[in-house]
Amino acid sequence: MNTITNRQAICDTLLAAARTDRDIVVVCSDSRGSASLSAFADQFPEQFVEMGIAEQNLVTVSAGLASCGKKVFAASPACFLSTRSYEQAKVDIAYSRTNVTLIGISGGVSYGALGMTHHSCQDIAAFASLPDMRVYLPSDRFQTACLIRELLQDDLPAYVRVSRSATEDVYGENMSFALNKANVLMEGEDVLLVACGEMVPEALEAAKALKEAGTRAGLLDMYCVKPLDTETLLAAAGKVKAVVTVEEHSPYGGLGSIVAQAIAAECPRKVVNLSLPDGHMIGGTNREIFAHYGLDAKGIAAAVQGVLG
Amino acid sequence: MDELTRKAYSLRRDVIEEVYLSKAGHVGGDLSVMDILTVLYFQVMDVSPENWTSPDRDRFFLSKGHCVDALYMVLGEKGFFDKQEAIETFSAFGSKFIGHPNTDVPGIEMNSGSLGHGLALGVGCALAAKMDKKDYRTYVVLGDGEMAEGSNYEAMMAAAHYKLDNLCATVDLNRLQISGPTREVMCSDDLGEKFCSFGWHVIQVEDGNDCGQLAEAYAQASQVKGRPSVVIAHTVKGKGVSFMEDNKGWHHGVMTPAQYEQAVKELEEVLA
Repeated sequence: MNTITNRQAICDTLLAAARTDRDIVVVCSDSRGSASLSAFADQFPEQFVEMGIAEQNLVTVSAGLASCGKKVFAASPACFLSTRSYEQAKVDIAYSRTNVTLIGISGGVSYGALGMTHHSCQDIAAFASLPDMRVYLPSDRFQTACLIRELLQDDLPAYVRVSRSATEDVYGENMSFALNKANVLMEGEDVLLVACGEMVPEALEAAKALKEAGTRAGLLDMYCVKPLDTETLLAAAGKVKAVVTVEEHSPYGGLGSIVAQAIAAECPRKVVNLSLPDGHMIGGTNREIFAHYGLDAKGIAAAVQGVLG
Repeated sequence: MDELTRKAYSLRRDVIEEVYLSKAGHVGGDLSVMDILTVLYFQVMDVSPENWTSPDRDRFFLSKGHCVDALYMVLGEKGFFDKQEAIETFSAFGSKFIGHPNTDVPGIEMNSGSLGHGLALGVGCALAAKMDKKDYRTYVVLGDGEMAEGSNYEAMMAAAHYKLDNLCATVDLNRLQISGPTREVMCSDDLGEKFCSFGWHVIQVEDGNDCGQLAEAYAQASQVKGRPSVVIAHTVKGKGVSFMEDNKGWHHGVMTPAQYEQAVKELEEVLA
């Protein structure tokens, strides 16, 4: 059972890079603890900026820092980052193409029992619709570290959503990673699962269970929701009867919508989207909420069997 | 008439041409802010086409971005691009001289236009200067109507918290906004007190259309240590064109040929 969170992987990666790069700056909105970035603030106080509980300022100040050559990582709960500071992200990050990586921590229903104010089930839709904004939902700590190392190498806007809790390892230290390329976790000719973020370990477990039951399910880790890796998607989708997407997001404008759009245009076949509901959600831990809405391995496997009939 | 005042009036003449030809722009605010922009670009700030790519250049953000028509004339005069091209293509199809600041235009730092962003961008630049131990300064020009945007107060709080004495804001306090007097729409009469209570050094400029008074204010601001400064410039919207002065209808009015002739005549009389 892995206990290292993806947010911790972000901090560790930034700490390692900051030792030789004085231009890396982390900005938080009273969120250093929940972002697991306290160690960065302690070790590199001159490269850390605290904005207080002011998410709009967090984003625009980050853009100002980036305009002066800083490589900025702005971390705040995904619920606030993607809604309260949405205009700042649109104007000062996306429109101005500033070198800012927005880190949405405690994404999706990480704060399950805190209610809708603290859920971010619209962040993929919100950020993916911004021109020039990239959207990444890495699955495990290894992929998260690879992603952050890659983002340190370019100077373009990005949004990265991570969960609060640790997710099961999908990869290992020496995983193969290419920016904007999906990872093919399983190949199969009956059905294709496409998942992102925390749903990947659940989908992997589901695909393994399906295989044992005689259903050949492929699985893509589409951590790069935008730009979507359509090449890998279409190659895998072309072999199967149906595609099932899995995401910790509302049914609209997320991974399912973006995948369905690509498949409808290039290789039409049935696409079923497993997501959180469009409506009031039950409270509880994220695991309880996943299970309730069929987003755990058991629910995903059952849904796939239903799709195949 | 001193050189800066003459330049400001000459640039007003250019703005009238620009907004008349385009039937676009925000002429009232252009005319109120012109002296502020002229003093900043031709006396106070160290930014020019020659040092534009230098990390040591002073930074400028026009937070009241709808008055970019005025900024285009100032940047053109400064030599960033052919001013005549801006006059002739402002807001035209395919022109880079659109109705809000954008970085396709040389001399513009960031894409902007939505109100309430400039001050926080300035905070970011001023913080970066402190981190890098550089002595460039950051200037932000805000509108008084814009001061109803809450994001400004987040930026004001952070600027004081981080003691950003390398940041200087200016409020173009022309007392009018699109719907009418600021006092009636959302009162901002005590802006000086607001900035002061946030920990800023406040400099009131009685006549914000007087280049000499503005220059003195910026000289004072540059000496302040340990806190950011704001110049509250009491200006007249539509300044320099009698029928536009203090008239909310000219927030973004379109001139008739006769009005255009009248405006040009009045400005040329001042310059004569």
